[in-house]
Amino acid sequence: MITAIVIMAAIGLVLGIVLGWAEVHFRVAEDPLVDKIDKILPQTQCGQCGFPGCRPYAEAIAKHEADINLCPPGGEHGIRQLADLLGVEFKPLGAGKEPKPKAVAVIDENTCIGCTLCIQACPVDAIIGASKQMHVIVADACTGCELCLAPCPVDCIEMQVISENVNSWKWRYPVFPIHHEVARAA
Amino acid sequence: MNQPLFSFPGGLHPAEHKAESNAAAIVTVPLSGRYVVPLRQHAGNSAKPVVHVGDRVLRGQTLAIPDGRISAAVHAPTSGRVVAIEPHPVAHPSGLADGCVVIEADGLDEPVAMTPTTWRDLTPEALRERLAGMGLVGLGGAVFPSHVKLQPGQTRIETLILNGAECEPWITCDDRLMRERAAEVLRGAEIMRHLLGARELLVGIEDNKPEAAAAMRAAAGPDIKVVVVPTRYPSGGAKQLIQLLTGLEVPAGKISTDIGIQVFNVATAYALQRAVELGEPLISRIVTITGQVARPGNYEVRLGTPIEEVIQRAGGELPGASGHLVGGPLMGFDLDSPRAPVAKGVNCIIVTSPELFPPHPTAMPCTRCGLCAQACPVRLQPYEMYLYAKAKNLDKAKAYNLTDCIECGCCSYVCPSHIPLVDYYRFAKSELAARDRDQQAAELARERHEFHLLRLEREKQEKAARLGRKASERLESGSVAPDDPEAARKKALLEAAIERARQAKEAAAPANIDNLTPTQQAEVDAIEARRKQAEQKETTP
Ligand code: SF4
Ligand code: SF4
Ligand code: SF4
Ligand code: SF4
Repeated sequence: MITAIVIMAAIGLVLGIVLGWAEVHFRVAEDPLVDKIDKILPQTQCGQCGFPGCRPYAEAIAKHEADINLCPPGGEHGIRQLADLLGVEFKPLGAGKEPKPKAVAVIDENTCIGCTLCIQACPVDAIIGASKQMHVIVADACTGCELCLAPCPVDCIEMQVISENVNSWKWRYPVFPIHHEVARAA
Repeated sequence: MNQPLFSFPGGLHPAEHKAESNAAAIVTVPLSGRYVVPLRQHAGNSAKPVVHVGDRVLRGQTLAIPDGRISAAVHAPTSGRVVAIEPHPVAHPSGLADGCVVIEADGLDEPVAMTPTTWRDLTPEALRERLAGMGLVGLGGAVFPSHVKLQPGQTRIETLILNGAECEPWITCDDRLMRERAAEVLRGAEIMRHLLGARELLVGIEDNKPEAAAAMRAAAGPDIKVVVVPTRYPSGGAKQLIQLLTGLEVPAGKISTDIGIQVFNVATAYALQRAVELGEPLISRIVTITGQVARPGNYEVRLGTPIEEVIQRAGGELPGASGHLVGGPLMGFDLDSPRAPVAKGVNCIIVTSPELFPPHPTAMPCTRCGLCAQACPVRLQPYEMYLYAKAKNLDKAKAYNLTDCIECGCCSYVCPSHIPLVDYYRFAKSELAARDRDQQAAELARERHEFHLLRLEREKQEKAARLGRKASERLESGSVAPDDPEAARKKALLEAAIERARQAKEAAAPANIDNLTPTQQAEVDAIEARRKQAEQKETTP
């Protein structure tokens, strides 16, 4: 009896030491929470969440200073992912926040006076131009944040919704009546 | 001569419907008046046009060049004038329009200078360079740019497989091609072997095409093995054919070249042979026209010919025709507009009718009978993937290896509840692809934003450094000429400006003078009054 207890205690002690050692030596360098949250956010950098960019919002979420449903470009999918990550309940997008269709900014080349104000506003340096020169927007880099619209003194920047093309087209959700659903509806 | 045969799991044997179209020889469709050449007839990026509206082009002239690595050139199918470069309906499941070069033919069919090559004299590198602009893509339906597949990768290619299985019902274009032009097909395969440095060359043909197999055997040299495989759909899937011929299984998430095998369709080999030995880029292909038409058969069509015109050449639609399927009934899609042109990936057009293709029966709930799993050649669990795709739970669907599904349709075919399973997989797969694209875009935006912040920080520091330098210079120059009136005036102006800015700032941010008690307020007022007096003294000396 005594031997059994001693053996069990010894085994427990050895395993405990091994586990403790492993905990210290095999620790996986975890992504800090902020990085994980930032990875989920869409990086539009639009500020609609009330923070000056996605990372500040991620930091605020990590510090429990902001709710998870403030980012319209991330949409429901984004909120769901955040809820999963943080182990909280999903909630619909905050009041007054509507996801918009994806768009890119386009400069009207004839009106642009080359004041460079939009360049300073663009969070991803997607606008190319120099003082007193016509400016253009690199459509591939533009996130559609709309931050360049307001600074333009001649209102020559416009958002163009990206229409579906053969490349971005998605198969539709199949709508086939399922027998029992039809019966239930009837 | 026969290889030992292996097998793949699942599969089925639907009604073949090959006899309708495989009896007659290939018919060359006469020139059309107008060609619509899509800029995207391949997997990857749209080609970039290099011609302009109004240009005269010759047969085989490059209309657009590849844009990026995964892309392919497109060429003029005949001589004529470019009348438009605009969106036009194309053969795509979306039914959306895509960029096309419209050519009004002049009927002369004048070719550009084409340079035939004796490929045995060229190194694989030189030959590949010649082929890159020829617009070759996989003609079995996947339309992946061939020059990319002919580039040797990390793993040495030991085995080259020529896919002549043509397992999908109704389609017979490869059958007729092998029967009539076996020598050319095999010469193309020899060139491929030369390019890849492959040791072994296998040709896989289903046993429902004995004439094709005989023709290929007659034309094949001693170092080419023509293997007849049992007729079982989808033996023509690349991974299934590899399994049949070699017994090797391509691991999930890998491609065949990872295990040293490359697969090409017979029609691709034929096109490659023309590109090398005649110098002719890909401007035509053989298309099966079948179903509810007067003269079903195989037609050699210049790319860009409107599909409705090819159907006319096949004697036109018979009464009762209700629509068009591009590709076969299992993997194909409904064509939105027959005005769409024949493109590189269009191997078959089936004119449908309610008799040939009865409407899909109403789906019933899944009973978990498991028949779909038995039929799946990739050994997936279709009912689980269906459940999650239906619930839009993409991550779970992916966890059940949805991305390995080849969309062969075996599961839908056998499902006793008539559930259109593949439709759900296509939906979920394209959602996943869109999500990946978004993720990549976000990655790019994050990088650019971080760089932007870095740039702002650097500029701030540079500006501070510049100002600091200027200030010290000013101090030095000030000590040299202390009573220069101009410098003194500038200094005064600057100080005044700074002072104004300071005051403005103070006025704007009186952070600690809210909620004061009356006594405190009185003190503050007194201080303000004294400061005003002092300022007046200073400004009016
Ligand atoms: S609202 Fe805009 S800035 Fe805020 S997290 Fe979403 S994308 Fe980023
Ligand atoms: S802000 Fe407007 S006017 Fe100024 S450079 Fe940009 S687009 Fe041109
Ligand atoms: S065959 Fe149909 S009913 Fe049977 S398990 Fe598969 S999806 Fe369900
Ligand atoms: S469509 Fe996909 S899941 Fe269905 S049988 Fe084919 S590979 Fe399997």
